[in-house]
Amino acid sequence: MNKSAKRTLKYLSLAVFGMFFFSFALVPLYDVFCEVTGLNGKISQSEEGVSYESNTGRDLTIQFVSHNAEQMPWIFRPSEKIMKVKTGKYSNATFFVKNNTDKPMTARAVPSVAPSNANEYLKKLECFCFEEQFLAPGEEALLPVRFIFDSNIPESINNVALSYTIFDITNYNDMEMAHHDGR
Amino acid sequence: MSSVIESHHDDHHHGPAKGLMRWLLTTNHKDIGTLYLWFSFAMFLIGGAMAMVIRAELFQPGMQIVQPEFYNQMLTLHGLIMVFGAVMPAFVGLANWLIPMMVGAPDMALPRLNNLSFWLLPFAFGILLSSLFMEGGAPNFGWTFYAPLSTTYAPPSVTFFIFSVHIMGASSIMGSINVIVTIMNMRAPGMDLMKMPLFVWSWLITAYLLIAVMPVLAGAVTMMLMDIHFGTSFFNAAGGGDPVLFQHIFWFFGHPEVYIMILPAFGIISHIIETFARKQLFGYESMVWAMLSIAILSFVVWAHHMFTVGMPLAAELFFMWATMLIAVPTGVKVFNWVATMFKGSISFETPMLFAIAFVVLFTIGGFSGLMLSIVPADFQYHDTYFVVAHFHYVLVPGSIFSIMAAVYYWIPKWTGNMYDERMGRLHFWLSFVGVNVTFFPQHWIGLAGMPRRYPDYALQFADWNMVSTAGAFLFGASQILFLFIVLKTVLGGKKATPQVWEGARGLEWSVESPAPYHTFSTPPKVN
Repeated sequence: MNKSAKRTLKYLSLAVFGMFFFSFALVPLYDVFCEVTGLNGKISQSEEGVSYESNTGRDLTIQFVSHNAEQMPWIFRPSEKIMKVKTGKYSNATFFVKNNTDKPMTARAVPSVAPSNANEYLKKLECFCFEEQFLAPGEEALLPVRFIFDSNIPESINNVALSYTIFDITNYNDMEMAHHDGR
Repeated sequence: MSSVIESHHDDHHHGPAKGLMRWLLTTNHKDIGTLYLWFSFAMFLIGGAMAMVIRAELFQPGMQIVQPEFYNQMLTLHGLIMVFGAVMPAFVGLANWLIPMMVGAPDMALPRLNNLSFWLLPFAFGILLSSLFMEGGAPNFGWTFYAPLSTTYAPPSVTFFIFSVHIMGASSIMGSINVIVTIMNMRAPGMDLMKMPLFVWSWLITAYLLIAVMPVLAGAVTMMLMDIHFGTSFFNAAGGGDPVLFQHIFWFFGHPEVYIMILPAFGIISHIIETFARKQLFGYESMVWAMLSIAILSFVVWAHHMFTVGMPLAAELFFMWATMLIAVPTGVKVFNWVATMFKGSISFETPMLFAIAFVVLFTIGGFSGLMLSIVPADFQYHDTYFVVAHFHYVLVPGSIFSIMAAVYYWIPKWTGNMYDERMGRLHFWLSFVGVNVTFFPQHWIGLAGMPRRYPDYALQFADWNMVSTAGAFLFGASQILFLFIVLKTVLGGKKATPQVWEGARGLEWSVESPAPYHTFSTPPKVN
């Protein structure tokens, strides 16, 4: 094989490895994209840039929705289904959750906002979705959400739905644990 | 490499080794091309048999022949085998046979790698097919294997599926590296890039696409593997991952992949049309630029497969317009083919019949693609039989007709014998009628709302499904005739002249028929 063929071969092999790693680079790139656009419930958690003009705030309806992921036996529901809030003002809501099994379990709630373009204007200052939830058998809890709507939210948005899906991650954690201390 | 050195001191009567070991150990591009073509034909028949199971089940509403679980496995394996086992290896086989002869090279640049990339394939598909006999059955999540269907809810055989995709990917990557190194470094003196035959151009572009996206597919299945066995959560929402990410990565591979399956066809059809129209191809340069533009655009349209996942409006508009833009270079190609035929003295031998059918039917598939690219319309068409009709129109009378056309066109060069023209035409007409009867009604039942991928359907779709099944069995049976014609040609027939076709141009027609085991040991002169 001549020299230039060897060079072509080298470049092409590099390109193959490069593209393999690029496919993994797509994972953080995708997260960055979702954070920038506020898609898929990847909501920014900072308060930066929120306009607090509480006097000029307008009325907005927020609906709370809860889902159980498949095979998640907990009782999980919003304390109030609908709230009237004002933009630029802090509001609080709670979700009721109960571990109705006889085993200790860990769960995680994943949020999602509809319509998706309301996402970037909804700031959550405190949310149970930031942390894993552990409940002993039969234990129940009220999980808090503290949020604020940016006053710059477009006029066309009058209704926002904030939905949570709760996942059972008990075994998931065991698996990760096994990886951490098992090997 | 060794073959180059050999050709200097060996005499030119050096032929193939004898017996089975010839095929196992061969590094000859013609042998490997033959292996690829036979392998893909075997896969075509296996994947086709699965299609017959699917269509037989859909002959009437209600469950008749198979269980839904098995139906899903047939659907998945049919897609995987046809894409990775039939269409892609057939094009690689044609590339092996033709590219060295078309550019005046003695062989592929990396003959041993060539042997390896073929012999990986039987193992990859052996593993994939063996999953049918495993506990829990074969993969049942569709050829697009969306997570979490292919991770959380997958049968245990998914790990074998992942392994076989890794092997297929490695094989395609090696094959395309070989093609690029050959084209870039082994052309005969005087053959500039813009003098290369269009089949060579189409494969150069295809090989670059393969190198860019097969590693991404490997990455996607690796992430699945890690989610299933190593506790990561790339695609698992509970652990902070996202199943939609899978679709983005998959289609970032998947859209270039569909052009990988059609670009070599563009090259083949260009050669056949110019031969049988007895005119020089109209707009050679624009053909090259059109293929390049299609290849580049293929990287920025992937999300049109997933308009309904919930994307921002701006993204939907971008992907819609980018997709529509592809119609422009594709239109250039179609008009060039028509212009080549215009005022030509056309004769209608079997390859030309397939080529003309390709132009017409591929264009129909292109138009339904254009309909699907319209975002609001796509919300209606998404996951219906309209999509099934669309991609079968571009793949069956598109890619597969082009492969059949290529076989009829070059088989006299490969075997030294002419195929039986009368039987060839019969095969064409049966296939042509079969394919249209199968897939055209699927447009209508799709528009009427029949969803894809179910083993059963509502009563109002019964009539056209029955027609579609009848067409499918006609098409399937006519491929047995194709097998017979090919075997008959291999075994004997009217002797072919070196040029074979009156209007044929290109270096491969300057050597004898059948092409000697070693060609162009000294490079030819190209003006």
